[in-house]
This record gives sequence, C-alpha cells and structure tokens, in this order.
Amino acid sequence: MLRVKTLQALFKRYRRPGDIVFAWFALFVSVFLLSQLADQTAWRSGGKLFAQPRFWPAVSLGAMTLFAAFHLLGSALSERIHGRWQEVWLWISSLEFAGWFIAYAVAVPYAGYLPSTVIFAVVLTFRVGYRKASTLGAAAIAAIVIVLLFKTMLKVNLPSGLIYESLPDGLRQIMLTYF
Amino acid sequence: MENLLAGLELLARWDVMLALLVGSIGGVIIGAIPGVGPAVAIAILLPATFSFEPIVGLTMLLGIYGSSMYGGAIPAVLINTPGTAVNALTSYDGYPMTQNGEAHRAVSIAYSASFWGGIFGILCLILLSPVLALVAPMFGSREIFLAALLGIILVILAHRGQIFAAGLLAMLGIFLQTVGLDAVTYTQRYTFGQSFLSSGVNLIVVVLGLFALSQAFFLLTAPDNSPDAKPIAGRMTAGIKELLKHKRVASVASGFGVILGMIPGTGEFTAQFMSYTYAQKTSKDPDLFGKGSPEGLIASEAANNAVPAAAMIPLLALGIPGEALTAMMLSVFYVHNVIPGPQLFQNNIDLVYGLYFALIALNVIVMVFLLFSTNLLTKIIRVPTRFLGVMILLLSFVGVYSLRNSLTDCMIAAGFGVFGLILKRLNLPIVPIILGMVLGGIMEVKLRSAMPRLKTPLDMIDRPIAAILFGLILLVLALHVRTLIKEWRAHLPEEDHDLHDSQTR
Repeated sequence: MLRVKTLQALFKRYRRPGDIVFAWFALFVSVFLLSQLADQTAWRSGGKLFAQPRFWPAVSLGAMTLFAAFHLLGSALSERIHGRWQEVWLWISSLEFAGWFIAYAVAVPYAGYLPSTVIFAVVLTFRVGYRKASTLGAAAIAAIVIVLLFKTMLKVNLPSGLIYESLPDGLRQIMLTYF
Repeated sequence: MENLLAGLELLARWDVMLALLVGSIGGVIIGAIPGVGPAVAIAILLPATFSFEPIVGLTMLLGIYGSSMYGGAIPAVLINTPGTAVNALTSYDGYPMTQNGEAHRAVSIAYSASFWGGIFGILCLILLSPVLALVAPMFGSREIFLAALLGIILVILAHRGQIFAAGLLAMLGIFLQTVGLDAVTYTQRYTFGQSFLSSGVNLIVVVLGLFALSQAFFLLTAPDNSPDAKPIAGRMTAGIKELLKHKRVASVASGFGVILGMIPGTGEFTAQFMSYTYAQKTSKDPDLFGKGSPEGLIASEAANNAVPAAAMIPLLALGIPGEALTAMMLSVFYVHNVIPGPQLFQNNIDLVYGLYFALIALNVIVMVFLLFSTNLLTKIIRVPTRFLGVMILLLSFVGVYSLRNSLTDCMIAAGFGVFGLILKRLNLPIVPIILGMVLGGIMEVKLRSAMPRLKTPLDMIDRPIAAILFGLILLVLALHVRTLIKEWRAHLPEEDHDLHDSQTR
C-alpha cells in the first residue's frame, strides 16, 4: 500500500479533463511509429551508428514512447477531473473549422481570391453566431482589406481564380494580377 | 566604427524604416488584443516576408517581437487579461491599481519599465558583441551539437510539472524533422510511400498550424467574449519619474531578463518570476505586492522586455533559437541564405549592427506611439473573440498557401491546428515541438559533420568549449534531480501549472 502511495505521489500532477485520452493516444501513436522503424528507415552496412539514417528516428521515437508511457502513468495516477468526454467532443467539433479552412483553400483557385475570401468571411461569421448586418459588413470589409494588403500591395504568391478567365479583356487582366 | 556606420546605412532606407514602423506599431496592436499574440502574427507574416530583402523582413518581424509585450500590458492592467502570456505577472499589480482608480499610473509605469528593459537588453547585446565575435568562431560542429542538445534538455526541464509531456512533444518535433528523404544517404524515412512526405514536413506549415490555426480553432470553439476596457486619462510621462525612483529593481529585473533570455528554453516566464520574487524580497513594502505595487509592475515589465534582445544572442552567434519566435526568425535567415552562426559576425557584421539599431529604433517608436494612442488601443481590444477567430483563419490561409500554393500544406496545417487546439485545451506546451524540429535538425547535421574527426567518444568533449557545454548538461541534469529529491523530501503540495498557459493567448 505504501509503495502504491509513493508511486502516486511521484507521478501525480495537475491536469485538465481529457488528459488521459490524449495520453493513451500519444502512447498508441508512439508505439505504432516505433514499430515501423525497420520498415520505414534504412540501415547502411558499414556506416557509423550516429551517421545511420535510422539513428535519429530511433532515438526520437524511443524517447517519445518512454515519455508517453510516463505521461500516461502520471495521468492515470492523478485526480480525475470530470468532463472528459465533453472535452473530447469539443476537440472533434473543431474539425468542422478545419473543414471550413480546407474548403476555402479548395475554392480559391477556382472562384478567385477576392470573391472566395469575402464569401468565406461573411458565411463563417454568420456560422459562428453573428447576425447583425454591421458585423457581417465588417467581416466583408476586413476580407477586402486582407486581399488588398497581401495580394494587391505585397504581391504575395496566391493563385488567380479560373472564374476570372470569363471576364471581359481589360477587367480580366486587372483581376488576374491584383485580386 | 565602419561596421556601425554600415549597419546604420542598412537601416537608412525607406522600405526598412516602413517595415520597422509597421512591425512596431502592428506588434503593439497585436500584443494588446488578447487572443492573438506575437507568435500568431509572426507565423502568419513569415511567408509574406520571404519576398522581402533579409533586413526588411527581419526588421518587420523583430518589430512585432519586440513591441508586442508593450501592448500586452494594456489589457493586463485594465481588464486583468494579459494581452500576451508573458504579461501575466503585470496583471498581479497592474489590475489592483486600476481598481484603486490608478489605471493611468499603472499603464505609464508599465510603459516606462518596458522601455527601460528593452534598452537595457539592447545595450547588453551591443556590449557583448565583441565577446560574441571572439567566442563564436570557437564553436565547431561538436560545440553546436552540444549547445543544441543543452537547449533541448533545458526546454524540457523548463516545463516543470509537465516534463513528460514536454519531453514527448520535443521528441515528436525531432522525429518530424527526420521525415522525408535523408539528404546524405538518399533513403526514405517514414514517408509510408506517399510522395508528398518525401520533401519532409515543412517547419512553417507546422508553425502556422500549431500557432495560428489552433488559435483560430480555439477562439471559434469557445464562447464569444468581448473584453471591455475603459479609456484612461492623464499624462503618460508620469511613469518615467516613478520608474526613476526604482532604478535598482528595474535594472536587476532587466538583468534577469538578459541572462535568462540568452538561455534556451527559459525566457520571459522564468525571468519575470525571478525578478518579481527579488523585488518583493528586497522591497520596503513587500505586503503591497499583488495589491498594486509599482515595484512589482516594474519588475515584471522590465524583465520581459529585456528578453527579445537577449534571445537574439544565441540566435545570431550560434544559430540556435531559444524559443518559438526566434525559431521562426531563423527560417527567415535560412530563406535568404544568411546563415546565423559564427560566420555571421565575420561576413555580415553590418546586418548584425543593423538589427541592433532596429531594436533601439523600435523601442523609441513604440514608446512615442503609446504615449499618444493608449485610448485608441483600448477600443481595439474590444474585438469579439469569435470574429477574431474568423480573421485569424483568413490570414492563416495567406501564410500557408503562399508558401508553395499547395492544398496538401493546407491539410497538414489544419491537422496541426487541431492538434495545437488539443494541446492548448490541455494546457500542454507547443513550443517544445517547434524547438525539437529546429534543434533536432541542427543536432543531426552537426553530429554527422563532427563524426569524421572523432576517434573515440571522449574526443567529443576534448575542446574547452565542448567540455564546458558537456559540464553544463551534467550540471543541469544534476540540479534537476536534486530539486526533485528536495521536493520529494519536503512533500510539497502540487501546484497548478498555469504558468505555462502561453498557448492559450
């Protein structure tokens, strides 16, 4: 009993809800990656150990697995805080915004940087709960300012939209170059 | 002297001055908005600066880095919410002063202390330059390898109470930089047959995902909030007189900032806490600390503002970044083929002096700007947090997509964004991943290039600097074990480690 208590005192720490889910996940990923070491890296016969292409992946993944195991141990021995699955659900719900971001990236080369940025800004602002016309208008203006700053003025490397090809000659050139 | 003039000449150009002005003022505004922070801003702007000349891009990023803490003091004092994580201690004494109706006094003391710390840090950097120029060439491959190893160890150990998580994440960083085609043996490492992984995992994509996108996701998934800061009235120069009464505290705090800024992995947090403790212990009125003590405010602000200049020392002299922001700046150097390290002081000393002058100029610009525009900033802070999240998402796209117009990069960044959100929600540190990637790359390259000259393992430490570094590694580990044993014997209660909630803002 005393030994168990000592172990607990050594590893227990402050943590937040969902920590143990992360700890299990980290250990699973570390062990999986480490199990792929022989398959995914090469060993050059005759070469020195430190110069082997396998050396650093082996060191980092070995240590990562060890740290992940201790992290899990610490998590399991610490006081449980309720709300684990609500927290995990919040992580999962953030995937929606990752999806919005990827959809925006897919749209830009087709719909053009300016139109997709304005539409994305207004629709996402609406989605996250703003309903006032002034806030939606502010989102549209901010989107235009971002486009003017980065594409028009700083000429940052962003693609022109396929949609611009259908515009009349003079306007097409301007849109392709600046927006 | 010629080099000094050459450095000044580098700055005396309209584009450099404009970059400095935009960076400094932009940094103050970004710092003042709780929820953005310099890491997000630098990550977003990083790819945009690649098209600039090195000095233009670097001065802009340096402006943001050096000035954000000035702005971060405003919400810390007025609404008890630090604008950047390193202003956390500022709110301890700043906010009680606001509650006592002394908001104007608190803000002006915070600005003056920040200015003192900033200038103190730069003067130390300038005075240390000849020593750096002398010592830096003594760093060969094995010394740089050992310094990077020391950096990794310090980064892990600095996260007290979260050492296993910090270790896990630092190792993940080291692993991530090994993915792709090995540059020496041309063999694939962890590509799983996917062609997009052959070129490796891009540091900037990871940085943008972990810092910028994760912050956007964090704000978008949390309840909406709009900080309400009241305008303040009074002369902003009043704080300078008060600061001069506490010169000792300001100087010692700046000294802590400089020393800890130079050591990788420690930085602003440790400097602030040590300065604050020092100020309290030596104060004539220690009971006032936490209830509106000007000395506490000075200790905290002077310490964190001395760090940016000091953090440039290992970056410029050895090419080793001590924290996430300097790690991001390192990539700007690399993109422009300017390799920080011993040769920089021999080949590009004018650039080094140019950066020093830029640091001085940015402190002056920010101070003048703040004297006149604090009330404007109190209005800007009121941006609702979810709206801010949408804006960060739009800006992150510019950063990720402009790198190489790759949809795959956007997907990887989004993946790291979700991972960063999980770490932020769990209050686990993000910085070890970035430093693991950068320092891991340095360690691999330097160890390989040191190999041909090593006959036995002991040859690794047969030069004086290598032996000192090795001694430091052993000392740091021994001190850590000693602290653990002492804590164990004293049965200290567990603390809440919100000290490291740097990632939540």
